[in-house]
Amino acid sequence: MVHLALFSLFAILCVAGAINLLAQKHPIASALSLIVVMGSLAAEYMLLGAEFVAVIQVIIYAGAIMVLFVFVIMLLNAGEEERTRGSRIAIIFGIPGLLVGMGLIAWVLVRHNVASGLVKAGALPGTPPRIARLLFRNFLLPFEVTSVLILIAIMGAVVLARRERG
Amino acid sequence: MFVLISFIKIVIVLAVLLTIVAYTVLLERKLVGHIQNRWGPTRVGPFGLLQPLADGLKLILKEDLTPPYVHRGLYLLAPILSLALALTSIAVIPFGNWITVAGKRIPLQITDVNVALLIVLGITSIGVYGVALAGWSSNSKYSLLGSLRAGAQMVSYEVALGLSLVGVLIVSGTFSLRGIVERQLGGFWHWNIFGGGYQFVAFFIYLMAAYAETNRTPFDLPEAETELVAGYHTEYSAMKFAMFFMSEYANMVTVACLASVLFLGGWGGPVFGPPVLQALLPVFWFLLRVFLFLCLYIWVRGTLPRFRYDQLMAFSWKFLLPLAIANTMITSLVVALRH
Repeated sequence: MVHLALFSLFAILCVAGAINLLAQKHPIASALSLIVVMGSLAAEYMLLGAEFVAVIQVIIYAGAIMVLFVFVIMLLNAGEEERTRGSRIAIIFGIPGLLVGMGLIAWVLVRHNVASGLVKAGALPGTPPRIARLLFRNFLLPFEVTSVLILIAIMGAVVLARRERG
Repeated sequence: MFVLISFIKIVIVLAVLLTIVAYTVLLERKLVGHIQNRWGPTRVGPFGLLQPLADGLKLILKEDLTPPYVHRGLYLLAPILSLALALTSIAVIPFGNWITVAGKRIPLQITDVNVALLIVLGITSIGVYGVALAGWSSNSKYSLLGSLRAGAQMVSYEVALGLSLVGVLIVSGTFSLRGIVERQLGGFWHWNIFGGGYQFVAFFIYLMAAYAETNRTPFDLPEAETELVAGYHTEYSAMKFAMFFMSEYANMVTVACLASVLFLGGWGGPVFGPPVLQALLPVFWFLLRVFLFLCLYIWVRGTLPRFRYDQLMAFSWKFLLPLAIANTMITSLVVALRH
């Protein structure tokens, strides 16, 4: 009962944060709303029994990536955004697309009769050893390839950021 | 029942933590005073022991000023965020063994999660926002410069801090702080810093990164008063300033707790006497370690001058980080070869 209440609370918070992100005029307020979204997503993961994923979500997204966002906004001293009417294509195709997508997800869930219930924390295979076993045994090659990809991205950033001497 | 026990534990731990925070300030003033051949506060109460209460009263009664042209919401949010996050991470720290009250075994820890260490790191990584938002929302150049420095410093040293803990995790094989302590019980040669894991290099890195994370001398560039007035909290006064102050000291206490748990054997120590003493002695040993660690903190503050900013960044990225990576690799190699 408490579990369900908390889950709904964070779900509402998450959606509210996402809407606020679009509605706010100031970039900093938008960035902070995004942090709220990330944080409540982490809480949802926690309630679904995936503590490790929840904490990693906080450390990586809320703690690292969003800090970078906030810093860039602060350093650029970005002012208030001007509100435009929005593109018409987004309204014509976006809203029906969203409805179709949500309908599809709902249909699949109902069709396959996915067990909708609550789990106890730690009941699912989300503990660090299990994840490590998956990463370093079953998915070792994709994992290593991804890390090489990230390394390339870092080197690319260094090369691009380096000033030309001359 | 579980909720009630948890609630009681939370109240007790928070009360003790806030008292420790208040008295750490006094300890610092006293110790730094003696280092500089002064007495420190002596007037309020015997040996100045009531000084923290007087300070608290003063800060509450001061006028709560909000300067014009600040971003009001964020200006108010920043100190609250700082203090709340600083007080939260104590929730996963085990400060003693199990005790038995009315037939129920209760762990001396608010909650034992199997990713406890990661939770502390996660909370620390969010703590940057308090500082960053304070600087930005104050709309003052000193605050902004201070918060940018603080942010960059905390983000950089977090990497070294996180990596220094990996060695401990590898030898312990668990993220649970209680599990890490239980592996080190039975004499000081089982501590992770000594024979338990030979993690003395990791401890050194942790120590350096911890000073930087909590913005303490010799890494207190974010509030270097000779250049930045007071850094990110320049525009804050009264209780809002006190909240930043308290969060800094609460962070110090957390760092000290974490050092005791991860490297120095947690609550391990000789236990004897009647049952009550047996239950409370581990807590005493734990608090003793925390106290000594805090003294070390203050000793360093009273002894070392401040770094230059570029030296600070270079120290983290060019020295601590490679050292931490080397320590991780060597530790994992040794553990792998032993298996």
